[in-house]
Amino acid sequence: MSDSILRVSGVTKRFGGLVAVDNVTFDVPTGEVFALIGPNGAGKTTLFNCITGVYKPTLGTVTFLDKDLTGAPPHRAAKAGIGRTFQNIRLFEYMSALDNVRLGHHSRMKSYLWDSLFKTPRERREEREVTTYSMDLLKLVGLDRHAESYARNLAYGQQRRLEIARALATEPKLLLLDEPAAGFTPQEKVELMELVGTIIKRGITVFLIEHDMKVVMQASQRIAVLDHGEKIAEGTPAEVRGNHRVIEAYLGKSA
Amino acid sequence: MTAIRAYARTHIREPNTIAYIALLLSAILFPLIIQFATNGNGDYLVGVAADGGVYMLMAIGLNVVVGFAGLLDLGYAAFFAIGSYTYAILASGHLAATPFGHAIHLPFWIVLFVAMFVAAAAGVLLGAPTLRLRGDYLAIVTLGFGEIVPQVFSNGGVWTGGVPGMSALDVPKLPFWIQGPWVNQPLGFTTEEFRFTTANLTAYYVLMVFLIIGVVVLINNLQHSRLGRAWMAVRENESAAAACGVNTVSIKLLAFSIGAATSGFAGAFYGAKLSYVSSENFGFIVSVTVLSMVVLGGMGNIPGAMIGSIVLYFILFQFLPNAPAQFEQLATSFGLDSLNHATADWPGLGEEVGRMKYVIFGLVLVGIMLLRPQGLLPSQVRKQELTHTGHHEIAQEAK
Repeated sequence: MSDSILRVSGVTKRFGGLVAVDNVTFDVPTGEVFALIGPNGAGKTTLFNCITGVYKPTLGTVTFLDKDLTGAPPHRAAKAGIGRTFQNIRLFEYMSALDNVRLGHHSRMKSYLWDSLFKTPRERREEREVTTYSMDLLKLVGLDRHAESYARNLAYGQQRRLEIARALATEPKLLLLDEPAAGFTPQEKVELMELVGTIIKRGITVFLIEHDMKVVMQASQRIAVLDHGEKIAEGTPAEVRGNHRVIEAYLGKSA
Repeated sequence: MTAIRAYARTHIREPNTIAYIALLLSAILFPLIIQFATNGNGDYLVGVAADGGVYMLMAIGLNVVVGFAGLLDLGYAAFFAIGSYTYAILASGHLAATPFGHAIHLPFWIVLFVAMFVAAAAGVLLGAPTLRLRGDYLAIVTLGFGEIVPQVFSNGGVWTGGVPGMSALDVPKLPFWIQGPWVNQPLGFTTEEFRFTTANLTAYYVLMVFLIIGVVVLINNLQHSRLGRAWMAVRENESAAAACGVNTVSIKLLAFSIGAATSGFAGAFYGAKLSYVSSENFGFIVSVTVLSMVVLGGMGNIPGAMIGSIVLYFILFQFLPNAPAQFEQLATSFGLDSLNHATADWPGLGEEVGRMKYVIFGLVLVGIMLLRPQGLLPSQVRKQELTHTGHHEIAQEAK
């Protein structure tokens, strides 16, 4: 299965009696944009959390790059190459935009405690490199002029983009975006889709949760639909659009 | 040269730079001024300042735990105790009286680092099972640890000297010393052993200044490294830090053990200077005092914690003990001598002030926190780092 980067198989997550995710299986193909859609409360974010190790799935496995990642803690998922953003933005508010991105590179840096204590040439060089690297990422998301601002002082759209830059700094092979276009103006959505295109060109697979159908249908090659924790459909945008179960889930059954 | 000048220009206006320069100058001038003001009899006061340095070291260490990583540690004195007892056991005749049968007299300079590592190890041992706890829960566990450790030492029987503790610890020695015209000798080194004794408290003071400078440089380096960044991130948003690849448990453990190491360092010095350890010196009040120093000085800022420790140490150990006598003098000089005499329903001004000591202390604390809730010298935007590395230029070069 080398053409799929992530394989979710039979994942179930129960919280007490509530089944948030119910036996969901799908593959995310390498190098494409894969979208997960579904009504509010369908279990999309829970599934993201199962993939990134925030939750341990009750049942089922998560395989990333042919390695079992089920239940691995979040920092291991990040180190393995899964970057993510959050539905409700979670930046380090009192750190500068640049520091937010530099922190993202933490697990790829090689300085030891010794290097940091004595500011060895190796640590100085690495700090210079990570600064350059992070400035490039800030430029990519159009925030290089705000490098020194506190994250909390950035505008909403800038914060969303900063979160993407921070996730990119972890050098992911797979990027999970949780509702990246929420609250965006049409113009910002266009820019976001351009950014997703750039990310794909860098060889990073994108897996996103999104409510905006226009964004989903335009940006993604493949879509899975979740309703009440169950996967009710999967396919190309055209296939999903015509699926009557999907229409029912969104609009309700016709009487 | 121009680089230094440019560096100085960008940094000179920063509160932290000013604070560091002021701290260094006062460290150098303090003994001179004291000796001058007391006609050369100020050795005792210089020794008091060296004791204050012990608290300053602890405040710097606790600042890593509380200020950088945001972990509330209420049992910090435990590591101080561990450092002191390590010194007492490894640098005294004490072990000869135990079943071990041989005294160990390791040099101060080695035990200083042994104590540091022992305390750091204790930090790891305590931290590993407990750092998964958050906020208030961690505070309670550390509180318990802080109570247990002195108890263990006071019940350690022959090994730790029990309740009376251990005395007659070795003093630090230097194998050579500088001599010069001030002792009627030509300038140069003498191979005569130099002993740090109670007759020469200035030597302890100088030693303490060097220890603090070393610790400040190292911890300042840490703060501006990837580890310092990770501490900040964990404090700000733990789940986001984890999603960025930070192993939150091990990074918190590191903060905890670095704080413990600094405290152990301070403990070894304290044991050597006092030449005596007793479990009574490491109670909860020490942990709380150090925590107050950090909070009052400005959490997360090294010079802030240092200034906080000076202010609180002065109030607690200099101002308050002398307050009764000084109030009496003040009353006399205003011609209100009658206030100083006890009557049936008035204990006398000195006595009254003595009784009110901790009320005054509490009022001072509340007052400072009301006037400056962020601390005396709060942590600044980490701008210095940004401007002086000049990332814009670096980014330009990279193109």
